[in-house]
Amino acid sequence: MLPSPNHFRQFYLTWLLTALLLLAIAPQSSQGQTINAATVSANVQSKIVKIYGAGGIKGLEAYQSGFLISEQGHILTVWSYVLDTDYVTAVLDDGRKFQATLAGADPRLEIAVLKIDGEELPFFARNTAVDLEAGDRVLAFSNLYGVATGDEPASVLHGIVSAKTPLDARRGAFKTTYRGPVFIVDAMTNNPGAAGGALTNREGKLAGILGKELRNSLTNTWLNYAIPMAELNQAIDDILAGKTRPRSADETVKRPEHPHTLHQLGILLVPDLLTKTPPFVDRIRNNSVAEKMGLKSDDLILFVNDRMAESCKTLKDEISLIDQIDSVHLVIQRGQELLELELKLKNDP
Amino acid sequence: MKRLTRWSICLLTLCTLATTPQGPGLFAQEVPAAVLKAEQSRIQAIARASKAAVCVFASGGKGGGSGVVITPDGYALTNFHVAKPAGSAMKCSMSDDRLYDAVIVGVDPVGDVAMIKLLGRDDFPCATLADSDKVRVGEWCFAIGNPFLLATDFQPTVSYGIISGVHRYQYPAGTLLEYADCIQTDAAINPGNSGGPLFNSTGDLIGINGRGSFEKRGRVNVGVGYAISINQIKHFMGYLRSGRIVDHATLGATVASDERGRVIVSNILESSDAYRRGLRYGDEIVSFGDRRITTVNGFKNVLGIFPRGWRVPMTYRRETETHDILVRLSGVHSPEQLLAKIQRPAQSPPKPNPDKPKDNPPDNKKPPRRPPNQPRPQAAPPAKIPAEVAKYIKARRGYANYYFNLLNRDRIWNRFSDETNCSQLDGKWTLSGTIPNRGDVQITFDKQEIRADFPQGQVKVDLTKDFDTQLAPAGSGGLLVALQIWKKLLTEGPTQFGDVYYLGTAPVINREGVFDVLVGTRNVVETRFMFDSQTGQMIGLEMYPDLSIDPCEVTFADYRDIDGRSLPHQLRVRYGNNEFAEIQLTNYAFPEASNKTNEN
Repeated sequence: MLPSPNHFRQFYLTWLLTALLLLAIAPQSSQGQTINAATVSANVQSKIVKIYGAGGIKGLEAYQSGFLISEQGHILTVWSYVLDTDYVTAVLDDGRKFQATLAGADPRLEIAVLKIDGEELPFFARNTAVDLEAGDRVLAFSNLYGVATGDEPASVLHGIVSAKTPLDARRGAFKTTYRGPVFIVDAMTNNPGAAGGALTNREGKLAGILGKELRNSLTNTWLNYAIPMAELNQAIDDILAGKTRPRSADETVKRPEHPHTLHQLGILLVPDLLTKTPPFVDRIRNNSVAEKMGLKSDDLILFVNDRMAESCKTLKDEISLIDQIDSVHLVIQRGQELLELELKLKNDP
Repeated sequence: MKRLTRWSICLLTLCTLATTPQGPGLFAQEVPAAVLKAEQSRIQAIARASKAAVCVFASGGKGGGSGVVITPDGYALTNFHVAKPAGSAMKCSMSDDRLYDAVIVGVDPVGDVAMIKLLGRDDFPCATLADSDKVRVGEWCFAIGNPFLLATDFQPTVSYGIISGVHRYQYPAGTLLEYADCIQTDAAINPGNSGGPLFNSTGDLIGINGRGSFEKRGRVNVGVGYAISINQIKHFMGYLRSGRIVDHATLGATVASDERGRVIVSNILESSDAYRRGLRYGDEIVSFGDRRITTVNGFKNVLGIFPRGWRVPMTYRRETETHDILVRLSGVHSPEQLLAKIQRPAQSPPKPNPDKPKDNPPDNKKPPRRPPNQPRPQAAPPAKIPAEVAKYIKARRGYANYYFNLLNRDRIWNRFSDETNCSQLDGKWTLSGTIPNRGDVQITFDKQEIRADFPQGQVKVDLTKDFDTQLAPAGSGGLLVALQIWKKLLTEGPTQFGDVYYLGTAPVINREGVFDVLVGTRNVVETRFMFDSQTGQMIGLEMYPDLSIDPCEVTFADYRDIDGRSLPHQLRVRYGNNEFAEIQLTNYAFPEASNKTNEN
């Protein structure tokens, strides 16, 4: 005997209800699947880089962390004094040592990209980077305290994202030029040497870069945070495209007949004694253009016409490529503030 | 139709619930079974592991730390820097709400490990020792201990984390406390956790916590703690049980990385065993202790896990050829140096100081002057040790607690002499046998001399002269002297032989596992006697005419019964890189009655 339409309808609805119940529960169960942190760790380690450079005197570690972002050997790290030398060494997870060159930097974001001569290297694909929100589990990979050397794996810490919040919410408390959003982490991720390390989700997908050490000057506590990759991608693209690379590095660039000089602008830099002496302003000549535009002694010149001035020598070279009829656009760091100044000689209309 | 409408409303509600997992819906609040199962496993592992955890309290308020029981009869591990301020006796609490007396057993000041023994039970809950070489970065782990000495209610504290690194090398703090091949974790390790256990996720012991990286962050956990691997401690276990102050090892050579990243020998002592085995300046270290060496830290890691006196396999490369050798490691310190170093004021465990200035500058202020007319502060008198505890303590220079050395010496000797009682056989012995394919051997031990016939000729040893100049037969390294010393130990026992102490356990060439070692000095030579703890038999000896030259090595096998005494009938003799002979004994001839003599 065939079931009546009513019976069929009741049977169908009961079946549908049961199916929906199962559907409601199934996704919850899948969330409980164990992700093998040991396997995730092993996969990520191959992309982590140990970086050695300037420093080594009391309180200034001569090392930091980084990670590969291209198979050709581009390494994302933090922009710091460690890179103030011509001899930056990058050590890969397998122990291979490379001399690294500075491809570019963005002081506003406090990041730098290094380049080593490599091919087919494991790397984090930036376009697969993930965003995080409060409560997400994370792993932090870095060479904190310089614990690892050679082919020894970087340290990995675990935690959760406590918040995603703008760092300038605590403006004045933290000595940093970066004011954008950060992932605040409940683990001690930002120890000495950890800056430049990778923050990943629990599946090992890149989420951000561990920032430089920051101590809250009001509470005397250390902040554990990472800058989301989404905040960095444009700057990294610009660096990789060579937009911040000093023009003076290009020997074919055309030099003006009447270039600017630091003397004309009224800028006297600190004595150039190191291989990469940071271009700090020593003195400003009275009644000079620099003085009128507000440049002061102890200012650090970071960019000249959007080109990075990584040393006194680079700054002089860059200035010498700007014609006197053009203005000079400077990005400077004064204390923890970034300022932009436009210098023009007075005969300029 | 109405019923259909009700069903539809019900369905819509369910659909809404099913598609909003983050909302406060009925199903979103249910915890997945896998998570609950993982949580239960964790709870069970922690509950099991907590039972073996110990909170150490030094007498007289001299601080304390943590520890873990590893045997049912109460042997426990802690840090040297925890045990040192406590002295010979301390109090230990466990999670059963009881306070136990404990005594020091042995210390490893360089490795920062101490063994203590809790008293009063022979059924202590104890930890299961894991294979810490199998620990992988990213695995879950947990630490149990007494951070900030919180365990005034006897209940230890648990902190959970992951393995942040393995095979880490941490340079010595000051002149001692080197952490080699250690485990790094982000589980909170704070002052007071020192000496406590680090467990894997199933609750098996993988290390002893004891150190962290702090620098400018103040002396509280910053997510970077280090545990001494339990595999390293396993190597030292017998040494620690000996009641001695034990030392770590040196190769007698230093290594450095060359421009190609290879680890090469940068300096080597000609008096070292490594040099005698063929290692030279400039050789590349390929492997050491069965571990491939790629960094200097990696080499130091391996070196740090072995006790002084152990023999370790090593492979080195010179040009295109590789060489496999077995290297005997010598001590880092002389006994006097080690004693002097550990008698310096204790480095007290770090204490948190939230009020310290921002940059934690070294505090070099002088202590405040004592106000006038106030009595000079007196040091607290040492706490009196109860008699039932004091009987487990025996002081002797060079030992942490000589009681345990005697305990083990007698344990080994009594077991051996049960089967091989030669105490009534002091006098003339004649051993007869053959060296296969070479000829007969006869050795006669008389009052004043040893006479021996070997296939290569007759040799003698004058027992009234120093042994170290009579290393006959040639090429044996002093076989006759070695056998004379063996005979004297058998007939006199350790109490009459001279100074005989228990070294600990060590590997023996061509044998699996580790073996108990007694060390005795007779005439001017030092001899090590190796015993199989399973059979009780003496399986070999090494006679050192001088500690800077190769010993005469004799291995004993083929034990057979002779008049109720179990004695070896096969002797293999090695010297340096060569095997001198394999002697098959066919007869032992003893004096008819005990006959005390004045021989050496």
